[in-house]
Amino acid sequence: MHPTGLAAAAGTPRQPSKRRIPVSQPGMADPHQLFDDTSSAQSRGYGAPRAPSGLGYSAASTSPQAAFLADPVSNMAMAYGSSLAAQGKELVDKNIDRFFPISKLKYYFAVDTMYVGKKLGLLVFPYMHQDWEVQYQQDTPVAPRFDINAPDLYIPAMAFITYVLVAGLALGTQDRFSPDLLGLQASSALAWLTLEVLAILLSLYLVTINTDLTTIDLVAFLGYKYVGMIGGVLTGLLFGKMGYYLVLGWCCASIFVFMIRTLRLKILAEAAAEGVPVRGARNQLRMYLTMAVATAQPLLMYWLTFRLVR
Amino acid sequence: MAFTLYSLLQAALLCVNAIAVLHEERFLKNIGWGTDQGIGGFGEEPGIKSQLMNLIRSVRTVMRVPLIIVNSIVIVLLLLFG
Repeated sequence: MHPTGLAAAAGTPRQPSKRRIPVSQPGMADPHQLFDDTSSAQSRGYGAPRAPSGLGYSAASTSPQAAFLADPVSNMAMAYGSSLAAQGKELVDKNIDRFFPISKLKYYFAVDTMYVGKKLGLLVFPYMHQDWEVQYQQDTPVAPRFDINAPDLYIPAMAFITYVLVAGLALGTQDRFSPDLLGLQASSALAWLTLEVLAILLSLYLVTINTDLTTIDLVAFLGYKYVGMIGGVLTGLLFGKMGYYLVLGWCCASIFVFMIRTLRLKILAEAAAEGVPVRGARNQLRMYLTMAVATAQPLLMYWLTFRLVR
Repeated sequence: MAFTLYSLLQAALLCVNAIAVLHEERFLKNIGWGTDQGIGGFGEEPGIKSQLMNLIRSVRTVMRVPLIIVNSIVIVLLLLFG
């Protein structure tokens, strides 16, 4: 009914994290805003054709409801109802935000097609990429859409679901399929992922490494191996065992290099920043941890897929 | 290998139970893993052993009551549903 009111109400929830005026870089949209704000354009579009014919239309459209709305009791009831709904929504949002950090999750899904394409290319061929640093914009990491080195959860989630479906396909071609096997594959892959995350978190705690590597970041990095697994199984279906081993070997090597280059910046960052390796034992432990994480990826890739290709 | 989320939960419950039954006085002190031994100086970063001892002590303190509840529930469910 009021286009400007709509625009204002719809505009503010889109930018909840805008605390400071961002430094605008040429050619880069505001990075604090994860998703494009299309609400103002829409309501402006609706507002413009409405305004000139507004008076005539509003009189005609609201006249059947005029009698209903003019009644003060129902007016009050509507206002009360809408305020109750708003309160309830606030309460639910607050409580859910305590357990699942939804606002932080939104960052990991702010991707676009170009990013996904480039990241997939990077996952299978990381040898030419030079700069692995994540760019920061005033203390907060830039959204994945603007920085190819940032972790995201879109690719791991999609790759996981595709892996489960491809596993079902592979089992079906060998006449071993039944619907509960799909659930078993999914559960097994998730269990391995959880075990990996817990093991890495435990070792990070024991060796007192202070990184800015959050749990969700870890899940994102560990979920990138599903891409290689899908490639291997699909090639195994098309070209038999030889194709499977070739593609899986290539993807294993590239995931190994990818993980080492990414984790080196996160785990060994402070050591590298200090320059001189003062405590040799501490650095060695960090190096061992990075190597162990990177080695576990190819092993798990093989373990989870070799049964699917006969 | 049927390695599912459910078996992971079972394994986690068993591990936490195993940590909770380590007796402070009779066992941990005898192998030198008591909580009052080996808290090194303040300046340097704690080594792996003291981090482990801290972890064991915190798990035992925090998980004592929830473990009672979860164990009772699991025992009842296993008795009923096998």
